[in-house]
Formats: sequence, C-alpha cells, structure tokens
Amino acid sequence: MTDQTITTTSSNNASKDKTTMTGASILWECLEREGVRVVFGYPGGAILPAYDALKHSKIHHVLVRHEQGATHMADGYARASGEVGVAIATSGPGATNMVTGIATAMLDSSPIVCITGQVGSKLIGSDAFQETDITGVTLPITKHNYLVTHASEVARTIREAFYVAKSGRPGPVLVDITKDAQQGTWEFDWEAAKPQLPGYRPDLSPAPAEYARALELIHNSKRPVILAGHGIMISGAMREVRDFAERAGIPVALTLLGLGAFPASHPLNLGMMGMHGEAWVNHMIQEADLLLAFGMRFDDRVTGNLKNYAPNAKKIHIEIDPAEINKNVKVDVPLVGDLKEVLLALMPRVESIDRSEWLDHIDKLKGDSAVRDIQNLPDSGHLYAAHVINDLWRQTRDGNAIVVTDVGQHQMWEAQYYKHEHPRSLITSGGLGTMGFALPAAIGAKVACPEAEVWVIVGDGGFQMTMCELATLVQENLKVHIAIINNGFLGMVRQWQEFFYDRNYAATPLLNPDFVKLAEAYGIRSMTVSERSEVVPAVRSARQYEGPVLINFKVEQEDTVYPMVAAGAALHDMIRRPSPIVETAEDE
Amino acid sequence: MLNTFMVYVENKPGVLTRVASLFRRRAFNIDSLTVGRTEKPEVSRMTITVDADRDQARRIEANLYKLVNVLLVENITNQPAIIRDLAMIRVAATHEARSHVLELANVFRARVVDVAPESLTLEITGAEEKIDGLLELLRPYGVLEMVRTGIVAMRRGSKSAASTRTENTMDDAPDGVAYSV
Repeated sequence: MTDQTITTTSSNNASKDKTTMTGASILWECLEREGVRVVFGYPGGAILPAYDALKHSKIHHVLVRHEQGATHMADGYARASGEVGVAIATSGPGATNMVTGIATAMLDSSPIVCITGQVGSKLIGSDAFQETDITGVTLPITKHNYLVTHASEVARTIREAFYVAKSGRPGPVLVDITKDAQQGTWEFDWEAAKPQLPGYRPDLSPAPAEYARALELIHNSKRPVILAGHGIMISGAMREVRDFAERAGIPVALTLLGLGAFPASHPLNLGMMGMHGEAWVNHMIQEADLLLAFGMRFDDRVTGNLKNYAPNAKKIHIEIDPAEINKNVKVDVPLVGDLKEVLLALMPRVESIDRSEWLDHIDKLKGDSAVRDIQNLPDSGHLYAAHVINDLWRQTRDGNAIVVTDVGQHQMWEAQYYKHEHPRSLITSGGLGTMGFALPAAIGAKVACPEAEVWVIVGDGGFQMTMCELATLVQENLKVHIAIINNGFLGMVRQWQEFFYDRNYAATPLLNPDFVKLAEAYGIRSMTVSERSEVVPAVRSARQYEGPVLINFKVEQEDTVYPMVAAGAALHDMIRRPSPIVETAEDE
Repeated sequence: MLNTFMVYVENKPGVLTRVASLFRRRAFNIDSLTVGRTEKPEVSRMTITVDADRDQARRIEANLYKLVNVLLVENITNQPAIIRDLAMIRVAATHEARSHVLELANVFRARVVDVAPESLTLEITGAEEKIDGLLELLRPYGVLEMVRTGIVAMRRGSKSAASTRTENTMDDAPDGVAYSV
C-alpha cells in the first residue's frame, strides 16, 4: 500500500497534489486540509478501511463509548469553537446511533460533519449485515447528505460537506462512504475537487428598499425591544449588536441560545425571554411597539400563544434563512441576510434616540420580581438548584467558564442564574431539547478549548442517558467538572405533572445509583453536597483539582422553575413564584 | 388555492425523494408532481401543484431553495402558461356504444390508441379540466381503467426560464420577501 505512506508527508506539500491514494487516505487528507485536528468516533466493520488509514494522519481520534456521544461531542466542539465538528461511525447501528445528535445539531444550526461507513456498493439494497439506508434515515434531519460509492468522489464530497455545513445557516451534513469507496484508489487532486454546487447560494442580502422601511420603523418606535438569538454568535455580530443597541437606545432580550451574545452586565440587557424568561422581559415584549428579531426564529418556547403575541408591535426580522420569514410570526420588514452585514449596512443610518422613558419603565415591570427570587428568600435549610448555580457563577470568576447544560429544570435555572458575559459560554440543546447532551457536548467543548474552564450542569435523569462518556473523559484526561443537580425526579416533567396533571407523578421519581461510587469506578474524584454552606468549598476544591471532578448536588426534590408560561398560554400569562410579602392578585 | 411551481433540479439520484420529503415534513399537501428530462442533460424539471395560500407558497419556494440540489424555482400560478395533463382511458365500448365513444373522442381531440372487442383506449392531452370533461361524458359507458401523468407546465412567450436566479422579487405582494443572491 504505497499510497498510504504518502499520506505521512506534510499536507502542505504541493508535489503530492496529484497522487494515487485510497479513498480512506483521501478522506483523512481532506479532513486535514479542512483544518480538522480531532474527530470523535467509534470503529466498526464498514468503516475499518478508514480507521486503518488513520495511523498515517495527524488527526487525533477520540474514542467515544456510544456514537450518540460522538455527534454531541462534535456539536459541542462546533459550538465552542465556531469550527466544524467531525464525528465518525460505522454503518447500520453505528450510523443510527448518530440520529439524535444529528437532529440536535440540525435544530440548533450547528455545523457538524458526520462520516459513516457503508456496506460495499455491490451489497447496497440487499439487507446486508449492518446495512441501513442512513442517507434516507437522516434526509429530513441533515442540511444535506451524501452517499459516496467510489473513491473518485471522496475528495469533492468532503469539501462540499464542509462548505455546506458551515456556510449560510449552518447545519449537520452526513457523508456515507461505502467500504469499496474507502478501499479503492484514485488520483487525489485537491484543486480539481472544488465544490460544485450550482443550486446552493448561502449568501443572501436584503433588497435595498427594505433598509429604508426598517429605518422608518426604528425611528418611529417609542417602545422597541431587540430579540437576540443564536444567529448573533453564528454571524459573529456581537460587537455590531452592541453598537446598534447602544446607538439606538434599545433594550435587548435574549433567547436561550442567545445567552452570551450580549453581555449580561450590560445596562441594556433585559435577560431571557420566553416560557421561563424573566417576567418583566415577557411583559416588555407584550407592550412593545417594535420587535427587532436578530438571528432568532420565533420558536414556540419564546412566543407563547401566537394569537396574542406582541399584539401592538411591528416586527423587523433579520435572518439568514428566507424560509424562517413569516413562518411563525408575520413580520413587517424582513431583512434576509447575514446579521453582521445587515447591521453594518443599517448602522450609519440609525439615529440616536433617547428612549429613557421606555427604559425606566423596566423598573415598574420588574415589580416585586426581586423579592420573589429564591435567592432572596430566607434560608429554609434546603439546598436549591438556584443556590448551586448562583454560587457556581460567582466562583467561576463571575461567568468566565463554558457551561454546558442538559435539558430540563436545571437548564432553565442555569439560564436564569448564570450570568453569561461572553459568546459561546453557554452550550445547550435548545431546539431539540436532547437529554443526555451535556456530558458529551462538554467533552467536545473542552477538546475545542483546552484552556477554558468547562462545567457540565446536568440533571440526574439526563446524566444517566450518556454517562458512559465518563470513560471517554478519563481516557482523554480532560479536566471537565460535572455538577449533577440531583433532585431524584425527572424534574421538568414532574413540574408539568404538578401544574397540569393533578400531581400525578407518573414515571418521574428516579431510583438513582450512588453517583459518587459510580464516578470513583471511572477514577473520577467525586463528592456529594447537600448543604448550602458546602457548595462554595466543593466548587473551589473542584476547580483546584488537576483532573475531572463530579459533584453530586442533592437539591430540594420538588422545586419549581418560575416564572412559567404554560404551553399555549399568552406570553404575559405567567405562573409566578408566590411572593413572600404580599399574596395579592397577580400583577396585571 | 392551487399553486403551480416549476422546479429545476440537478439530475442526480435521490433528488426526487428530497423534494417529496420536504413537502411531507413541512405538511404541505402535493396535488400533483411530475418530473422528467429537460434540454440540458444535467438538469431535471419538476412541475408541482400544491394547495397553499400566498404566504405558504412563498415559504414552499424558500424551503425548496434550501435543498442543495434545487437550481431554480418559479411559481407560475399567476403567469400565462401552457399546462398539460395526459390521460389514457380504457372505456367499455361494445358494438352499439362504439360509435358514440368515437364521436366523443373526436370532439375532444382524443386519439384511439388501442381497440379490443369490448373496449376502446383513448389518449387525451390537455388542461386538466378538458380531460375531466371527457371523463364525465365517458362514465355512462363504463370507464374500465384510467391513468394520468399529472401536469407539466411551461411559461408562454419567448422568455425561457432563467438557468440561474439573480433576484427573488415579489415587491407587488404585501407579504413579499425581497432579497438578492
């Protein structure tokens, strides 16, 4: 196999631009040229030729314990770094195990490339051992996917996959490569393998007339609110959003995935909107006369009932994906394009307007929110998740860690109590709501940002969905801290049962393993914390320890995330934590 | 209302599935979908009719463009166009009915493509309404079998469809979304 020795030479060596290589070697060569340093994967029969060629590559392979973990790691890597994350698996069960992670990346517009082995091209359609039509399975949950049946197609396909994954609205791309395409040989020519995508045009820009219409609405507005979403991070428009908000004097509400896109400490930051958003934020949206949606898609979790969503507001939607325009909320001015470019074009024409009256109004809307905050309630002797997260925020130098959360109550408390100052400092599954996301995604984030302090905040339910990746964590010797918010329940489901199913706690109490012993079995330092006073010392000792630490926070079992907009209710119709001072009629 | 789209796609395996899957996933109801070759070997062309209001129609177009293999989408619902369906109809035509059926076929410019002792098979091309009209008149004789292709469409006039799109403008529409690529 002379072709394989060739791959050991430098990838910058121009003389090897036309060399006969196996499809497997071409694969790794192309990944290197796309800037990939690390892939997350799990071997198996149909991908073995690729694994055999891996030894000639500079790329580091992280061996996961389940292919779902590989996709979440690639996703976490992508979200932490902004680069494309890569996951690799074999055919059949290896590929189908990736489905949840691919769907997660799809709904949160995360750029990942998944490479799967496939049975030999002659066997396709014969129900061969470990054969699954994975391009068929993943068709609706990928931005695009490919079946590669010949070594000659490998290079172009990989180049196209990376280009599609990261351009425009990013998303997952799957490349299914048959065993014979990996084994076969072809003349590798990087230059000739340029993407050929005649129908794919990710770079859109608004029609010029739309800018004038947007400016008119902005200048005539007395009560505007910016709705800041994930698109700000993807576009890299943090600076532009801040400049715009300051210049126009417009307060900023954030979606869950938008947290970090605008500094939490900024005077114009309102906080999170939506189902578990701050009450005053939802009220402001409902009272607004103009909404400026920046890289967000009016998910049902942020709008509540669409019939009475922001009834008095005109809407401007800056969005790169034209299919999102008027999907859920009818907008007055759509600006289709890259957020950063659109804001840069808009900025010189934006007038500075004094909106202090509207901003002062926030205080009135805040009302008694502060005294309802569990942080300010008298110590009842119980440990609440909010205490843990608030202490964690302070201990991590006021929000200087990457926090990776799972899905459920702890995810909402984290969003409420961890004040994110920096983009990409919160990584969470917002759209799909994938339990089990946190631990593997955090591994991916740590691999992407080895210098960063990475914390997993995870429920006792979600943790058990992917806890096999503790082995990956140890094998890679990564200093990732794990905070299990252990309430012995599937907490968010229990909360819904409490509110809407007459406290019938069907299938939500959990019988948990001893998490400390479990961590120790993996060689991970671990402790249990059940008193409020123990939180800070535990977090401190974890941060000082050189390896991964798992802290089992035993918190109040039947705690509730407030405020809450019930599914289908109007955004201002919130269930609030009872006020300790006056149990009066609800605000408004 | 029924919208008619002309969709130009790369002539590659699996593209039909991608388009059909999109309509299913987004819960848009396809009334008719045809696909075939064009003057360019690398391009296939679909004619899709779908029941949608104006705003849904715009989102269908935008979603079609999200498919990497889709080259061009044109909504020709409100444009002058030639729209044709083709049907083959096997109708019971015994001795006494035969001349009546042939007369109807003649009026509708249908062609007789097969003759059997107990039946005639007609081929008719035209707008859907025309075929529906013939079908109604044939029913009393007994329609034994029918197959239709679904519609194909082409814009009238000398202007052929652009091979690339430069601008998506629906400025006349109150809900239009204009942007350039």
